[in-house]
Amino acid sequence: MAAVVGVVVFPGSNCELDVVEAVGSLGGEGRLLWHGDSSIGGVDAVVLPGGFAHGDYLRPGAIARFSPVMQAVQEHAAAGGAVVGICNGFQVLCEAGMLPGALQKNAGLKFLCRPATLRVEASDTALTTGVEVGTRLSVPVNHFEGNYTCEPHTLAELRADDRVVLRYVDNPNGSVDDIAGVCSAGRNVVGLMPHPERASHPLLGSTDGVPLLRSLLVTAGALTA
Amino acid sequence: MQFSVLVETRLREGVADPEGATIERSLPALGFDGVAGVRVGKCFRFTVEADDEPGARAEVDDMCARFLTNPVIEDATVTVEAGVAH
Repeated sequence: MAAVVGVVVFPGSNCELDVVEAVGSLGGEGRLLWHGDSSIGGVDAVVLPGGFAHGDYLRPGAIARFSPVMQAVQEHAAAGGAVVGICNGFQVLCEAGMLPGALQKNAGLKFLCRPATLRVEASDTALTTGVEVGTRLSVPVNHFEGNYTCEPHTLAELRADDRVVLRYVDNPNGSVDDIAGVCSAGRNVVGLMPHPERASHPLLGSTDGVPLLRSLLVTAGALTA
Repeated sequence: MQFSVLVETRLREGVADPEGATIERSLPALGFDGVAGVRVGKCFRFTVEADDEPGARAEVDDMCARFLTNPVIEDATVTVEAGVAH
């Protein structure tokens, strides 16, 4: 049976169908979840997709974390379930306190929309299971507020616990320690600014997002590594 | 009682503010020399109902900590006075 990946649709999300398509092309089932529902309907994994949830009003992710579905997403994560936040979804996870740190405006104040080369830094997270440390992946970024920052003691903790999942090879946005993605202490919640679903088919110019999405399906229980 | 509230949020000291830096760099082009330390933030004005001023302030402080600011990168100053915000 195909693993079901629930993709949360907030008002203003705009990458949900890309994720559903990419998951489907890899043998999983992508299922849209509405932010106003209080349940995630028993899905195996959850993706918070890119976009502008609730218009990014106040701050990106600041209002999305109050959406009713987030309680269920938190419970899923607390039970060890995989949750991945992509771009705006990463911002939501940080605002919700499910991941440490915050994402602020890019250092150069430019909206960045281009491929970024990433280095895989940890191979035992929901998003990188079976992907060797050191692997380089070309995956597009598409953001204005992707400049990851955190308190020095948080950064020390992330490094000590090997929770930096992905780093930029050539830092495009000023992120501290070149961080492109981090994970929770349980390694089942992962947030990243780049969009693996936009690098999931040769027609898109890169298939380097496939190992990441495949890992999510493996974690969700459908495929074997 | 009604209290008029002004909340001003800004990036915390030590957090880079690229927007403020860009504005600061642009000012000399208009002849505004000698401007330093530009920081960009937001302000919120609203009215709250509370028994007294400390009560109103406690409520707004909580609002700031949990919603109006992201404490990882921002802080806020709160001004409370009797009356209605306008």
